[in-house]
Amino acid sequence: MNIMTETALESAVSDKMNGTPNETIKMRGQKVCVFYGEKQALFDVNLDVRENQVTALIGPSGCGKSTFLRCLNRMNDTIDAARVAGEITLDGEDIYDPRIDVVELRARVGMVFQKPNPFPKSIYENVAYGPRIHGLARNKPELDAIVESSLQRAGLFNEVKDRLHEPGTGLSGGQQQRLCIARAIAVSPEVILMDEPCSALDPIATARVEELIDELRQNYTIVIVTHSMQQAARVSQRTAMFHLGYLVEEGETDKMFTNPDDKRTQDYITGRFG
Amino acid sequence: MTDISMDGIAGTSARARRDIGLKRRYAAERRFRLYGVLAISVGLVFLAIMLVSIVSKGYTAFWQTTVTLPITFDAKVIDPSGKRATDPNVLIRANYPKLAENALIAKLGIDPGDKATVRKLKGFLSDGARAQLRTLVMADPSIIGTTRNVDILAAANIDSAFKGQIDLSVDESRRKVSDQQVAWMKQLAADGSLAEHFNKGLFTFGASSRPETSGMGVAIIGSLYMMGIVLLLALPIGVAASIYLEEFARKSRFTDLIEVNINNLAAVPSIVFGLLGLSVFINFLGLPRSASLVGGLVLTLMTLPTIIIATRAALAAVPPSIRSAALGLGASKMQMVFQHILPLAAPGILTGTIIGLARALGETAPLLLIGMVAFVADYPSTPLQPATALPVQIYMWANEAERAFVERMSGAIIILLVFLMAMNITAIVLRRRFERRW
Repeated sequence: MNIMTETALESAVSDKMNGTPNETIKMRGQKVCVFYGEKQALFDVNLDVRENQVTALIGPSGCGKSTFLRCLNRMNDTIDAARVAGEITLDGEDIYDPRIDVVELRARVGMVFQKPNPFPKSIYENVAYGPRIHGLARNKPELDAIVESSLQRAGLFNEVKDRLHEPGTGLSGGQQQRLCIARAIAVSPEVILMDEPCSALDPIATARVEELIDELRQNYTIVIVTHSMQQAARVSQRTAMFHLGYLVEEGETDKMFTNPDDKRTQDYITGRFG
Repeated sequence: MTDISMDGIAGTSARARRDIGLKRRYAAERRFRLYGVLAISVGLVFLAIMLVSIVSKGYTAFWQTTVTLPITFDAKVIDPSGKRATDPNVLIRANYPKLAENALIAKLGIDPGDKATVRKLKGFLSDGARAQLRTLVMADPSIIGTTRNVDILAAANIDSAFKGQIDLSVDESRRKVSDQQVAWMKQLAADGSLAEHFNKGLFTFGASSRPETSGMGVAIIGSLYMMGIVLLLALPIGVAASIYLEEFARKSRFTDLIEVNINNLAAVPSIVFGLLGLSVFINFLGLPRSASLVGGLVLTLMTLPTIIIATRAALAAVPPSIRSAALGLGASKMQMVFQHILPLAAPGILTGTIIGLARALGETAPLLLIGMVAFVADYPSTPLQPATALPVQIYMWANEAERAFVERMSGAIIILLVFLMAMNITAIVLRRRFERRW
């Protein structure tokens, strides 16, 4: 009961913020509920994702932030028992509308996973695969250009330009993750979802990926799930705090980290739980 | 070493450690290792006994005693009435053994008029000489009237005697070769015309009542046909079924039921599949008996569960991160399966298929029921014609009494084992070659 009122309050807060100019809403989730079989994992989440901003989702393990992320490109569809209720829109279009093609949606909303998961193919093939299946290149030179620019933007090109045809699995962990980012960029998505992209990386590789995220913000809308408060503070403009399947609080990152409205957010950020 | 460091710790630490039976633990481990070594040794000893007994009995089957004789293709014997230009049957029906016998008489320097001695020559050369010489004459009738050296197969008893498999110290009346034949054998061996050669016939001849002219040619062809049919049917059906079950079908009671049944099917005795093949393929569908097509279909049914289980395991072993990566890029499920999952699962699928094929190759019981245990002398030109199979050939030779058949049976076992080993080694090599780490 208590929680319900808080959620209502938050949506009121976020509604007010939507009114501010120069902040276009790219994706909007309204009353998103997710069920895994009998178990409900998300409860009435209302969250907006703003264009060309990095939105960080934080919260303790099992709080539903990854679940929410996976709703945004319908990756939850791949789990047999998962069911999504509520409405999620991309540029005002309901992405769970039966007329929306999930393949097309995932081309517009790309994803980078927790563990670097390059295909066991060459670096070139890893990046070229997406453009190829979506018909983005008419011929080999065009494809080469897409591969090169994607690797450039992922900051990986200079490191791998002499071994494009060696297996992508032979790269270091950080390079593999940037390869996965290049692979996601190659299909020209509008939104990139990142599920704890640095959790398997060392601090140096993490710093590189964080820099990259900041650069990518110019062209893409980014939603990132992270367990690291510092990372959320460093890379994101807005932060959403989840707890036990509820969205606790959402707002500008600076405010969230200095003066959160909710006690749970404060406790989590200061390390008192989670 | 361990004791010293233990003492060191005990010496420095304030509290004495409780005795937790470290010695007993090490003793238990040593005992367990010993059991393991013993178990493996027992297995290896039995394997060695089996291989030694098969090889020692069978290696002689790869050699065959032949007599090189200057055969005179005498027109008077082949074509006594001189009608061969008009009647093609003359060359087919001619008395070819007589040619070989005449040559042997001349070679041994026997008086052709000595009927009693000449009669003893019967059973020295194989009756296969008839077919052998006929083939030569039919291929080139112009050799009639000429003389040329031909390797004639020795009869099975002479072959056995020459290989030392017949005990010559036994009284003459109780053994299959007479003293006179042994004397001739030694005479011919001394001048080099009687010798052992590589037994090509073992691989090329079909069924025969004479050991020296019986071989596994038909069985090899039949087995090849069946393996081809199994590969052609079981691999695509099995892989398609597994892909559907593993990647596309929603998990439900029904798919669980299917899974349990597939696993049960893999354990069904093969003779049951034979009965099924008999009633469905032969009695109901009316396919010919003894045909390798029916055998192949039955073996397909038998191999399917093996291939499905192996393929599902191989598909399930592909890490979920690859699936997420492909789907996250906007690949359709079909693209994900065929462009990413299947190539990664291919080595496992191939290994499973080869092991399934190897099992099918050695299967005998179902083939007995569909009539593939048959006396087939001619090569089957299509899978619809009667044929036998390698293990069935072994079974048939095992039922024969003659020493020379026992030798051939062991030889056939060696060949079958070589085929099976080659297949299993291929499977291992494939697995090693394409094994990936994620």
